[in-house]
Amino acid sequence: MTTAILEKRRAQVATVKDGKASIACAKPSLSGSVSQRACVFCGSRVVLYPIVDAVHLVHGPAGCAAYTWDIRGTVSSGPELHRLSFTTDLRERDVIFGGAEKLERALRVLIARYTPKAAFVYATCIVGVIGDDVDGVCRKIAVETGIPVLPVRSEGFRGSKKDGYAAACDALAGLIGTLEPAEPVPPYSINILGDFNLAGELWILEEHYRRMGVNILTRITGDGRVDDIRRAHHAKLNVVQCSGSMTTLANHMKETYGVPFKQVSYFGIEDMSAALYDVAAFFGDPVLHEKAAALVRDEVTRLLPLIESYRARLTGRKAVIYVGGAFKTISLIKALRLLGIETVVAGSQTGRPEDYDTIAGLCNPGTIIVDDSNPVELSTFARERGADLFIGGVKERPIAFKMGMAFCDHNHERKLPLAGFEGMKNFAEEVYASLMTPVWGFVRNPRKGGAA
Amino acid sequence: MLLRHTPTEIKEREALTVNPAKTCQPIGAMYAALGIHGCMPHSHGSQGCCSYHRSALTRHYKEPVMAGTSSFTEGASVFGGQANLLSAIDTLFTVYNPEIIAVHTTCLSETIGDDLNQIVGKAQEDGLIPPGKRVIYASTPSYVGSHVTGFSNMVKGIVRGLPVKSAAKSDTINIIPGWVEPSDMREIKRLAKEMGVPVTVFPDTSGVLDSAMTGHHEMYPKGGTPVADIVAAGANKHTLALGAFASEEGAKALEVKCGVPFTTLDLPIGIAATDRFIQKLSDVSGKPVPESIADERGRLVDLITDMQQYFWGKRVALWGDPDQLVALSEFLCDIDMRPVYVVSGTPGKAFAEKMKKILADIPEAKCKNGASADMFLIHQWIKNGKVDLLLGNTYGKYIARDEATPFVRVGFPILDRVGHSYFPLVGYAGAIRLLERILNALLDHKDATCPETQVELTM
Repeated sequence: MTTAILEKRRAQVATVKDGKASIACAKPSLSGSVSQRACVFCGSRVVLYPIVDAVHLVHGPAGCAAYTWDIRGTVSSGPELHRLSFTTDLRERDVIFGGAEKLERALRVLIARYTPKAAFVYATCIVGVIGDDVDGVCRKIAVETGIPVLPVRSEGFRGSKKDGYAAACDALAGLIGTLEPAEPVPPYSINILGDFNLAGELWILEEHYRRMGVNILTRITGDGRVDDIRRAHHAKLNVVQCSGSMTTLANHMKETYGVPFKQVSYFGIEDMSAALYDVAAFFGDPVLHEKAAALVRDEVTRLLPLIESYRARLTGRKAVIYVGGAFKTISLIKALRLLGIETVVAGSQTGRPEDYDTIAGLCNPGTIIVDDSNPVELSTFARERGADLFIGGVKERPIAFKMGMAFCDHNHERKLPLAGFEGMKNFAEEVYASLMTPVWGFVRNPRKGGAA
Repeated sequence: MLLRHTPTEIKEREALTVNPAKTCQPIGAMYAALGIHGCMPHSHGSQGCCSYHRSALTRHYKEPVMAGTSSFTEGASVFGGQANLLSAIDTLFTVYNPEIIAVHTTCLSETIGDDLNQIVGKAQEDGLIPPGKRVIYASTPSYVGSHVTGFSNMVKGIVRGLPVKSAAKSDTINIIPGWVEPSDMREIKRLAKEMGVPVTVFPDTSGVLDSAMTGHHEMYPKGGTPVADIVAAGANKHTLALGAFASEEGAKALEVKCGVPFTTLDLPIGIAATDRFIQKLSDVSGKPVPESIADERGRLVDLITDMQQYFWGKRVALWGDPDQLVALSEFLCDIDMRPVYVVSGTPGKAFAEKMKKILADIPEAKCKNGASADMFLIHQWIKNGKVDLLLGNTYGKYIARDEATPFVRVGFPILDRVGHSYFPLVGYAGAIRLLERILNALLDHKDATCPETQVELTM
C-alpha cells in the first residue's frame, strides 16, 4: 500500500480480499495523528442534546459550551431549550478553589428561570482534574428543586467519543423507570433509540411506524421529552439505530426492565424496509406485517423510477465513506450500490470488529477499510482508488472539495432528511447534484479519473 | 419565535453564562499558528479540543484545517502528558513533515502542570526535532481570557521562538495584524505595497484559509508567513501592533527580545483608525502616502457624504472581540450612528476604559465585557430598547430573527454566510464594503417592511 499510513496505524487499515479484511479498531488514537475523532464530552453532548425540554449545563470553561452550541441540526416539535448554550464558564479562580459552589448557583438560577423537566450537567476535562463533586451537587439540587438533575461523566480524556455515548446512556438510565404512564400503553408500543431527528428524520420514521399500526412511546433522544424517557420502560421493544451510541442503554433496559431490542438502520431502501419488517416480526401479528409490506411496496414503487434514472447516470462512480458510526457506513454502502456507485474506501471513527466484518463482506475485493483515519490517508486512498464522491462530515467536506470530489454530508450538517424512503430520495438527489455540478468542468487541474 | 426563552427582565446571574460571546484560548492559538507557512498546529490535550477547533475554523472558512492532538487519555491526565507530546512531535515530523510545529496547551494539560518549555527541550535533546525544523509553543489555559488571549499568546510564542536579535536594522516594518480575516491580512499587505513600504506581516493566514481550488488537497497551502521572514523580524525597524488585545503583547515581547520598537494601533477598521494606520506606516517608513491611497480614502468619504441621511441616529447593537468592537464603535460614531449596546465575552479592564471614551457622547450606551457578558444579555438589552441594526458574528441570527432587525455579520465565527474570506473589513476599501453592507441591510429592511405609500424607487 502507500506511505500515507502512519507506521503505527498499519493494523487499522486493510484491503478487502475474499469478502474479508482483518482490521484493528477500538484503539486510542495515536498521539500526533491528525485524527478526525472527538472526545468523551462530544459523545455525551451529541446524544443528550436533542432532549428539548431539559437544560444542558456544561460545567467547564466556555469553549466546550461554545463549540457545541446549536451545531447539531436536531429539530424539536415543541420547546427549544436545547438550542441555548449554558455554561459555568470556569475561570482560573474556580480551577484553584473548586467550581462546585459555582455549579450549584448556576443550576439554581437556571432551573428557577426555565422550569425545565430535568437538568443534565456535563463534566468536562477540567472538572475531572480539579475533582468537583458533580454527583453531590446534582443530588442536592435535585432534592431542592424536585426535578431530576443528572450528572454526565463526560470528562474529555476518559476515552473516546464512544465512552461519551456510554456516559450519556448512564445518565438516561437514571431517568428511565422513574415515572408511570398516566394511561395504559397500547400493545404495539416501541421506543426509538438512536435517532436524533436531524432535519426531522424521526418524524418520517414515526409516520412509517404509525401507518403500520405501531405506537412510538418514547424517542431517545431526537425530539425527546424528559417525561417520555422516564416512562420508556413500558415499551414492548426498543428499536435501536446508531448501535454505537445506544447499545449500552438497550442492554440496561433489557436487563433491568426486560425490554428486548432490535438493531436497525433507517438509511437506504433495504435497511429501512428491514427496520419495519423486523418490528412486525417481533410482534408476530400478520396484520402488522401486511401493513408494513403494503407501505414498503407503496414507497418503493414511488421511489424506484427515480432511483433507476439516477442509477443510469451514476453507474460506475466510486465513493469514499468516512463517518462516525460504522452502522452508517454499512447502510451507505448498500444505498450507494442501489445508485450504481461502488464504495472503494470505507471507514468509521469508532467501529467495532463485527462492524468491519460486515463492511468487508459487503465490499468488492480491493476496497480499502480504515478505522480512525486522518486527512492524509483519506485523501491518498481517495486519489489512488479514483473516487468521485466523498460521504463524511464537517471536517472532510473541504478536503473532498479541494480534491475536486463531490460531497454529501451525512453528519450533523445534513440539510435534508436522509433517513426513510424520503431520505433515500434526498440522498440520491444530493449525491447526483454534487457529482454533476458544472463547477467540476472549471477545475484546471482535475484529478486523474476525476469527476466529469 | 426561536428565542422565546429570552425574558425581558434582567436578573443577576454571575455564576451562569448563557449563549457565550467568546470561546476558549486554544482556538486562537491554532488560528495564529496557521498563519505561519508550513506550520502544523498541535493541541496538547484531549482529542475533542482539537476536533472542535478544526471544525469551528472549517465552518467559518469552509477550508480544510489541519492540526495534531496529543490525544490525552486517563493515564496522561494522571501521569502528565510528556510522553504523549514527545510521541506526537515524532509522529508529526515523520509523517506530516511540517516546517514547524506550534504547540498550544489546553485547560487539561495546564492544570496537570505540563511544562512545554521542558518537554520541547527534551524533544530537542532526544533528537525528535529534525535539523532545520522547529517547535514553538504557547501556554493557553482555557479558563483564562478568551480565544483572543489565545491568539495573543501564540503570537508571543512565535516571537519567543523565532526572531533573532540583530544590531543592524532593515527598512522592513513588522505588522502584527491582529485576529482578522485572511482577506484583511491580504489588504494590509496591499496597502503597504501601494505605499512602497516593505513589511513582514505575521501571522498571515492569507493563502492558507482562503486557498484556491486546485484539484489537490495541500497539507500546507502556499500562504502563511515564511519562517525565515519571522526569524528576520528581529532585525526589522519597527513593529506595528494592530489591536491592543490580540497584538500588543507579541510586539512588546519582540521589543524586549530583539530591541524592535513598536507602536500599538487600533485595528484599521473605519476611516479614523485607517487614517492613523496609514499615517503611522508613513511616519515609521518615511514613505509619503501616495495619491492612489488618498483616492481610496476620498471614495470612502464620498460614499459617507452621499448616504449620510440613512446613518444619522441609527441605534446599533454589536458584539464580538474587543479589538474589532473598539474600531467598529469609533467608525459608527464617525458616521453618526449610535452604538448603544456593546458586549464582549473577553475580559479586561482596558476594553471598558477604551469604550467609555469612544461612547462618551452616547449617554444611553451600555457596554459590558467578561463574566456573563453574553449574547443572552445583549438580547435582553435589545428587548428593553430596540435597535435598528445588529453587527456581530453569526450568533446574532437568533436575535435578528426574533426582533426582526437588520443584521450585518462581522467577526468570528461566521458560520452561515460567505464573503469574510474574500472581502476585507480593514482599510478604506474595507470600510466602503462595510458601509455597503450596512446600507443594504437597512434599505432592504425598509423596502420589505415600510407601508406601501413609503416605498421609494430612489433611495
